[in-house]
Amino acid sequence: MIHVTEPRFPSGTRAGGAGGARVRYNDFVIRFANVNGSGSASANGMFAKALFRMGVPVATRNIFPSNIEGLPTWFEVRVSERGYAGRREGIDLMVAMNAETFEEDIASIVPGGYLVYDNSKDLHVGLRRADINYVGIPISQLVLPEFPNPKHRALFKNIVYLGSLSALINIDFDVITGMVSSQYKGKDDLIAPNIHALEIGRNYVLDYLDGPLPIQVRYSNAAENKILVDGNTAAAIGAIYGGATVCAWYPITPSTSLAEAFEQYCNRLRVDESGQRNFAIIQAEDELAAMGIVIGAGWNGARAFTATSGPGLSLMTEFLGLAYFAEIPAVLWDIQRAGPSTGMPTRTQQGDLLAAAYASHGDTRHPLLFPSTPNECFDFAVVALDLADRLQTPILVMSDLELGMNDNLADPFAWEDDRRLDRGKVLDADDLDAIETFGRYVDVDGDGIGYRTLPGTHAEKGAFFTRGTSRDEYAAYTEAPEAYTANMDRLLRKWETARRLVPAPVVEDEGRDVGIIYYGTTALPIPEALDRLAEDGVELDTMRIRGFPFTTEVRDFIDRHGIVFLAEQNRDAQMKTLLVNDLQIDPARIDAVLYYGGFSISADTIYEQVSERLVEYKVPRLRAVGGGRSSPPSK
Amino acid sequence: MTYVAKPRVRHPLLPINELGLTRRDYEGAVSTLCAGCGHDSVSAAIVQACAELALPPHKFAKVSGIGCSSKTPSYFLSHSHGFNAVHGRMPSVATGANLANRELYCVGVSGDGDSASIGIGQFAHIVRRRINMLYIVDNNGTYGLTKGQFSATNDKGSTSKKGVPNLYEPIDLVSMALQIGASFVARSFSGDKSQLVPLIQAGLMHKGFAFIDVISPCVAFNNHNGSTKSYDYVRGHSERLVSADYIAAGEEITVDYESGTAEDVAMPDGSTLRLRKLDENYDPRDRVQALTHVQRAAEAGEVVTGLLYVDPDAADCHDALGTPAAPLNALDESVLCPGAAALVGVNAQLS
Repeated sequence: MIHVTEPRFPSGTRAGGAGGARVRYNDFVIRFANVNGSGSASANGMFAKALFRMGVPVATRNIFPSNIEGLPTWFEVRVSERGYAGRREGIDLMVAMNAETFEEDIASIVPGGYLVYDNSKDLHVGLRRADINYVGIPISQLVLPEFPNPKHRALFKNIVYLGSLSALINIDFDVITGMVSSQYKGKDDLIAPNIHALEIGRNYVLDYLDGPLPIQVRYSNAAENKILVDGNTAAAIGAIYGGATVCAWYPITPSTSLAEAFEQYCNRLRVDESGQRNFAIIQAEDELAAMGIVIGAGWNGARAFTATSGPGLSLMTEFLGLAYFAEIPAVLWDIQRAGPSTGMPTRTQQGDLLAAAYASHGDTRHPLLFPSTPNECFDFAVVALDLADRLQTPILVMSDLELGMNDNLADPFAWEDDRRLDRGKVLDADDLDAIETFGRYVDVDGDGIGYRTLPGTHAEKGAFFTRGTSRDEYAAYTEAPEAYTANMDRLLRKWETARRLVPAPVVEDEGRDVGIIYYGTTALPIPEALDRLAEDGVELDTMRIRGFPFTTEVRDFIDRHGIVFLAEQNRDAQMKTLLVNDLQIDPARIDAVLYYGGFSISADTIYEQVSERLVEYKVPRLRAVGGGRSSPPSK
Repeated sequence: MTYVAKPRVRHPLLPINELGLTRRDYEGAVSTLCAGCGHDSVSAAIVQACAELALPPHKFAKVSGIGCSSKTPSYFLSHSHGFNAVHGRMPSVATGANLANRELYCVGVSGDGDSASIGIGQFAHIVRRRINMLYIVDNNGTYGLTKGQFSATNDKGSTSKKGVPNLYEPIDLVSMALQIGASFVARSFSGDKSQLVPLIQAGLMHKGFAFIDVISPCVAFNNHNGSTKSYDYVRGHSERLVSADYIAAGEEITVDYESGTAEDVAMPDGSTLRLRKLDENYDPRDRVQALTHVQRAAEAGEVVTGLLYVDPDAADCHDALGTPAAPLNALDESVLCPGAAALVGVNAQLS
């Protein structure tokens, strides 16, 4: 076996050709390849946060297995001065710390890119690529004499490469050490060894390598006045502001962190001076029970929600149907992931739209909300609770792993103190006294929404028996066809009311002939894909859908454009199905741009698929094709 | 928001309770169950129990699943809201309802199919969470609405109407409730109103999860010779182990019982639970003894009835969660919404 032999402590070697090369600032993709359970998450998180604190926009991505310890895991950071937050194919800088995935990790680096690796052992010659730069740091050897405890040694390896990166790409070292100090505040004995490990990594690069690399960061104001937060945390805080008091849930990745963040922030924001906790959180025995608890609480007048993912949504569908017919407010956050069972389900997807929109048996349909950013997760948490009460029906918020579990830039959360929650049509005792007769399902206002009462409101009036079906307008039991049909038709009127109340799409329409529709996290790579198309001479109008049923703006946008693309992250173009079904439009009017491989859809995918179709459509361009950047670079 | 009930025409001999109400004010719609169904006796017992306790008839949350038993909440307490949910899932709906408003008396009625088969998971978990409610199972060992299939509480060897024996072991919900942590566990018989009414009263007033398994024969499908859930079988094989009387705070205790067999249990609200025991060595506050006794009796083909276990000082789910005394559904923005000021700290931590 032939190995490439390298000096372990090469003096004066160059890290990878910084000398003379044009330096690229704040514009690269870095990926950390780690072993799950090795403690890398903390170091990787600090890396992203350090760049963010230097004012540099970052978007993070966890790519992780269904595993506690041992399987490969990756952490990717998109660093972009222009604020591109979507995924871009190709890795500029790979920190390869997992021998098991070394080969594929090396293969994923763009030509001219950089591999940072532990060269304590020789690199197999088969892993050599002529078109990338190797930056060897003998991390294992460096930590060996410094940290006698093997467990500490493994953990501090992560801190060592963070220290090395600070020198390699010019991260302000004070920012990192400051973060270590604040992170371990109160556990002061951990600060010194962590800073020591950082210095070991940093000093090795400064002493032995000719850094920094031509990929660097520098202070910027592009992320000024921003916060760095994941969508699940944002949704949890929003649920608190939206007045949710009951949360019932069952652990399932990638939704678990939403319920856990709700508890964490409730403990901070919802405990009064006397120690009373103005919330109730139940980790249920399964998703059926979680949904049942939410519906019981909603029936009894508390704002309640659950968070789940695909398999949980499946288990909740019977209850969702009951809540639709019984007209109970409920909010369900679906943090979507890929397919059933385990494995791929820790990857992201927008695959639950149809299952959510028409969840359950009988004629059912549910309003959906599609947040794209942490700020929208916060806002929609409140909007969903308001809509659930207003429409007396379940509202499903369709987030996904990409948005829910990854840190993204966001505007600081804001709240208007005079904002009032919309509790919908609920009659209190005085209201009941003022009316002659109470009919729970009478469409008094013509919007399909009846007035409801809460248990215990009045001694004489307003009590009724809640059933799924088989009732007249006064909630009396009947199986009469006329009563059933009238009720179902009223629910359709309510659906039309929902159409007016769900968030309108965000439309940018300059009167072009080509438009693209997208929603949720497919929005993240869109600006970059559009910029690249514009460089090719094609400009597109855009519409980001935010709610189902579709408001009139959605139909108008489709009507106005000769070519309408729809980008989404599932195989079956589920949003297209919803559009065709809800708006009764010709399926040929919408050309789906799809990705469903488990990662989030990349700017490259959208750019390439749209470009190909535009050729087929013979759309004229303002400039010659090929003017745009293509990535990864071909040479 | 207090309301005095409207005076209404009533039979002059009907007793009037402290709220000025008669039993009629606690009734519900006319039952659509079969004539002679044990479940109607249970509904009548609930009406009587609530009327005698003079509880406000609108301050209940009635919940149920699916099945004959689950229809019954519309046959009592028509001034209260009821919720006929999905099969086997009443416990979760009851949990949510109780979390939202702890001030209401939460009464759940379920059946043996609803609680011991499709809903056994939810049954187990509501017991261990000790939701403050009265949970009644109208136990007839059969699926009535689907015409006579065995349920999971049916005894092994007990026969169907056509004489086919049940092949499988029974699930005893009383034993489960004892084992998982219910703080009030009773068994009764729909044909024994004198026992059932006081048990319902004690269960309603008990703070914590009160469970009553009521053997309630199905006259249509499970009341024949060979069935162990028939009127005749239960009458011939049951033993009233511990009877309980609920005596409200301040009420004079007038009836005397033989010494050694009566025992007064003080309830946290000042009321008293008077227990009358068949066996003076039986201690209804000993969970392990209760479980053993129930299992031994079952082995002998006997049904022990009465208040088998009670822990008057048990904590309920709200105690565990540390929620306020006020119902969560009554809290408004001023309490629930932390306001813009609190976001300053939140944002700072995320930047």
